[in-house]
Amino acid sequence: MIDKEEETHNTRDVVFQVRDLTKIYKMGEVEVHALRGADLELYSGEIVVFLGPSGSGKSTLLNILGGLDTATSGSVSYRGKDLTNASEQELTEYRRYHVGFVFQFYNLIPSLTARENVEVVTEIAENPMVPEDALAIVGLTERLDHFPAQLSGGEQQRVAIARAISKNPEVLLCDEPTGALDSKTGIVVLEALERINRELGTATAIITHNADIAGMADRVIYLSNGIISEVKTNTVKKAPGELKW
Amino acid sequence: MDLMFFYSLRNLLTRRLTTGLTAAGMALVVFVFASIVMLAEGLKKTLVDTGSYDNVVVIRRSAVSEVQSGIERLKASIIETQPEVAIGEDGRRLLAKELVVLITLEKKKSNSPANVIIRGISGSSLELRPQVKLSAGRLPRPGSSEIIAGRSIVKGFKNVGLGENLYFAMRPWTVVGIFDAGNTGYSSEIWGDVDQFMQAFRRPVYSSILFKLRKSSEFESLKKKIESDPRLTLEAKREADYYREQSEMMAKFLRILGQSLTIVFSIGAIVGAMITMYSAVANRTGEIGTLRALGFNRSSILVAFLMESLLLGLIGGFSGLFFASFLQFITVSTTNFQTFSELAFSFKITFEIIYKSLLFSLVMGFIGGILPAFRASRMNIVEALREQ
Repeated sequence: MIDKEEETHNTRDVVFQVRDLTKIYKMGEVEVHALRGADLELYSGEIVVFLGPSGSGKSTLLNILGGLDTATSGSVSYRGKDLTNASEQELTEYRRYHVGFVFQFYNLIPSLTARENVEVVTEIAENPMVPEDALAIVGLTERLDHFPAQLSGGEQQRVAIARAISKNPEVLLCDEPTGALDSKTGIVVLEALERINRELGTATAIITHNADIAGMADRVIYLSNGIISEVKTNTVKKAPGELKW
Repeated sequence: MDLMFFYSLRNLLTRRLTTGLTAAGMALVVFVFASIVMLAEGLKKTLVDTGSYDNVVVIRRSAVSEVQSGIERLKASIIETQPEVAIGEDGRRLLAKELVVLITLEKKKSNSPANVIIRGISGSSLELRPQVKLSAGRLPRPGSSEIIAGRSIVKGFKNVGLGENLYFAMRPWTVVGIFDAGNTGYSSEIWGDVDQFMQAFRRPVYSSILFKLRKSSEFESLKKKIESDPRLTLEAKREADYYREQSEMMAKFLRILGQSLTIVFSIGAIVGAMITMYSAVANRTGEIGTLRALGFNRSSILVAFLMESLLLGLIGGFSGLFFASFLQFITVSTTNFQTFSELAFSFKITFEIIYKSLLFSLVMGFIGGILPAFRASRMNIVEALREQ
């Protein structure tokens, strides 16, 4: 079974390749090892859920994959391009053109409407979607001119997803996308992510400490104390609607 | 980029109170700056409008103004006979030998004394100054103790109303007319017969000679001729240039005063803008992290916050100018240091003042915003994202 899976993965495009990735935060004389030699690959079009308790290194790994942070040692390559030695400008362009972020607390610009929050990205991206189309994918055509304060938590997160996908990214990195939502709203958000993955083929990495979400992933990567402790492949994926927590 | 402009603008509108207070501080500085420059411009315009380009004023060499000048009758006759002097329709030369003396009159509002110019006029004085119109009464008869007063004098001083008697030079003088010279310095003068004034003030010499050029282009050669004539020791200036020079000292003083006050005030306004912008950066740390995560580079963040600060300055600039523009309706009267006489003039706004005031407000916005904007652009993305 495992051999078959490996064979399947070998035939798919590798989006990220991570080797011996280490991240050490220095706080005065104290060193905090957030990642201790992580190795992994992420493949095109798959949904990967990173599971682990707080402090396990999930967010640090996601930040380094997203070009928001740099590694202390080891390597990360995106489509064969080394991110660990990329310049500030190269990382900015990488984030601008290739990666979409979805944050736990939505991170919308409060002074801009839903449409404008998406436009912020489409103005600087190459070959972006029309903002209205991106918002239509997440079912928010009626809320284009509403400000974040006028939207519910779930709607705000869907605007954030629309913003993330509007640049047609190859990878969607989601940091606790349902962490601030109740289960019903969280499922709506996960449905939006699953639909985007299915229809647009966007590789999606979801960080969560909610083990129930793992059911919708192609693969589940468990982190503990900065180490990838286990990788599981779901032979049968659940639809977000089937998830319960 | 358009959206980033609205982003900056809306953030200002979101923080209405702090934006309003900071912009008000900047507006106050721009108001002070603009009003003093407007005052200097008003003074300059009043005096420059007083003179005509084709008229020539002759005064004693080295005299700064007519008040300090003296021209003997013989010298005046030499000037009068120059062929470059224009001839009027009546065949007489368009030339006026005039006396300028200062007297003290009491102001209506403050009851305080102030110097007023008394100008002794002769035949062509009015013809040489077409801007001077008699608005009430009549002209003084030659050889009589009659005078006419300028509009600003009537408005600001006691005992100069039509028909009233004014006592100076040991004689009573009757006001028989009031003249209006628009917004020129003549409106702040009292005129009468030059020969009567020379007798009354015991002055054997004229103060100045004013004449119209036959051809405007002959000025330089005539000036050279007058100033090189060893009998004369006189100086010839175009009337417009003469009055421009009269405004220089006072205008310069006002500009220096304005600039000094503005610099002191602007430090306060810049610090205010800086505090506001630092606070904006601190409150929007999460937004900065988000924008950087979305792919905006450091310079875009710097420009966005700098734009916000510049907009703040511009709001202050436009507000300050708006309120300063109402000063145009006010006429002030003060002593011109050059002539030691009272001069009434209005605040005058020009395109240059508008441009300089707005530029100044932008500079305040820039200085106040550059450090906070720089700080925003240098933030660590991950740390900024944690600040929600």
